Amino acid sequence: MKIWAIFKKEMRLYFTSPVAWVVFTIFLLIAGYFFYSIFAFFTLASMQSAMNPQMGRDLNVTDSVMRPLFSNISVILLLLMPLVTMRLFAEERRSGTIELLLTYPVRDGAVLAGKYLAALGLYAIMIGLTLLYPGIVVYFARLEWGPILTGYLGLLLMGATFIAVGVFASSLTENQIVAAITTFGALLIFWILGWSADYAGGTAGKVLQFLSILEHNDSFSKGVLDTKDVLYYLNFTVLALFLTLRSLEARRWKG
Amino acid sequence: MIEVDHLTKSYGPVAAIRDVSFSVSPGQIVGFLGPNGAGKSTTMRILACFMPASSGAAKVAGYDVFAQSMEVRRRIGYLPENVPLYTDMRVSAYLDFVAEVKGVGRSERRRRVADVMDRCLVADVQNRLIGKLSKGYRQRVGLAQAIVGDPEVLILDEPTIGLDPKQITEIRSLIKSLAGQHTVILSTHILPEVSMICDAVIIINKGGIVAQGPIDTLVEQFFPTSRLEVEIVGPSPVVRERIRAIPGVLSVEDQPPANGVGRYTVEAARDRDVRAEIFQLAAQQRWDLLELKRVGLTLEEVFIRVVAGEESTQDSGEGPVQEPAP
Repeated sequence: MKIWAIFKKEMRLYFTSPVAWVVFTIFLLIAGYFFYSIFAFFTLASMQSAMNPQMGRDLNVTDSVMRPLFSNISVILLLLMPLVTMRLFAEERRSGTIELLLTYPVRDGAVLAGKYLAALGLYAIMIGLTLLYPGIVVYFARLEWGPILTGYLGLLLMGATFIAVGVFASSLTENQIVAAITTFGALLIFWILGWSADYAGGTAGKVLQFLSILEHNDSFSKGVLDTKDVLYYLNFTVLALFLTLRSLEARRWKG
Repeated sequence: MIEVDHLTKSYGPVAAIRDVSFSVSPGQIVGFLGPNGAGKSTTMRILACFMPASSGAAKVAGYDVFAQSMEVRRRIGYLPENVPLYTDMRVSAYLDFVAEVKGVGRSERRRRVADVMDRCLVADVQNRLIGKLSKGYRQRVGLAQAIVGDPEVLILDEPTIGLDPKQITEIRSLIKSLAGQHTVILSTHILPEVSMICDAVIIINKGGIVAQGPIDTLVEQFFPTSRLEVEIVGPSPVVRERIRAIPGVLSVEDQPPANGVGRYTVEAARDRDVRAEIFQLAAQQRWDLLELKRVGLTLEEVFIRVVAGEESTQDSGEGPVQEPAP
């Protein structure tokens, strides 16, 4: 299968160059620090609530450790994912390898799918590594696995969207920095749209809120699986990938 | 095998190639010549299905490069001009990837990659990162990726550029060994190279084809005469007159004599061999004949004549350019 060949090649490039290792290290360092401070704070709160049963009743390890952790991780992703995807097409274009890649008997769609899935695979591994944290928590406390499962599903869907936007930006330029900044800017705009929703009010507010990437992730970590949110991410992803395909085709004509 | 029909490609208002037509028959090695910026790479990119032409059509192995691009791509091996390779991959892994993308089955792949590495003399660096290889090795890896799918047609854009003389010889013999089973079109501006490995040439200048055909035919077409170089010790005006009088001799030019030895360049009709007559003449007149040599007219001279001829006709067409008075 041609997609599989491209997928393997991209994965190999991620791991033979230092990209994958650096991204994993930085991500785990920051995520680990977040986890530590949230968990330490929760431990403190638990100690205090031992003297105050009123407060202890509201303590929930899933909701007070895992949920903030998910939202913190999504901030790290916002900064890190553009760096994972910036290479995919921009580097091929800069080094000229795209000329060979696009003259092999592979459809543009298969090239895109292989590259996209490779970045998604790398991301899945990265997210998978954070399973260590609920693993630690469950050693000390009782976790509800439902919200954790939906939380990870949310992260996966959001990451899928980030990667699709990143791949699109990468297909537009031959400069990796430009690709990364464009991705970061686009994601940040969709991220902060929700903030203005509060004072925009009315229909405009609702629309803004619906467009916000962050807003849709929130319900996942609460354990709510809403088709509205799933569809939002899937639509966003498909649209970005469709635009990428168009951009590849347009580049061919421009030569 | 390759048919190009009135191909034109423009980038905005600038036409990179204009109305280019040629054809290449199966098993041939064809040299694609032209000065830098003449449109060689553009034509090759179109043939390799990297970009579509603005107008006209091109067929490779009977398939249209635009409408049946996948069929064409399955049958070609392409080496772009500056040999773009994935610098962060190892040679064998890279060739394995290319073979897989080109549809070589899993069971055959290992054998095919090993075979191609042997033929292109890169087996000794198969576990090195491509980015760490020298230019010569990279070029050979590039050639290896072009032939790993065992394509019917090879499109090689300057395959020997930047190599040392030994590597050039190796690559040339490799390309020559491909003739017969593969049709090869290769661009270059090293003319002796073309005479050595190509069956026919296509000369392109400023986006248009100016000459094409087998090398011998081209030489005859552009130089209908044969040329001799003669060194004779004797009174030069007389020598010139007497040689000129030999039937078939078209012109005699002499260079200023050094140490009493006159050098003459004799142009004669191609079907007449006047060497015996010049020898007889010198013997009769008791002139010392020091040298009598037939000068082979090479592709280089054809190329220069064709390309320079184009320029001079264009210049004269434009008329004198008036410099505006200051």
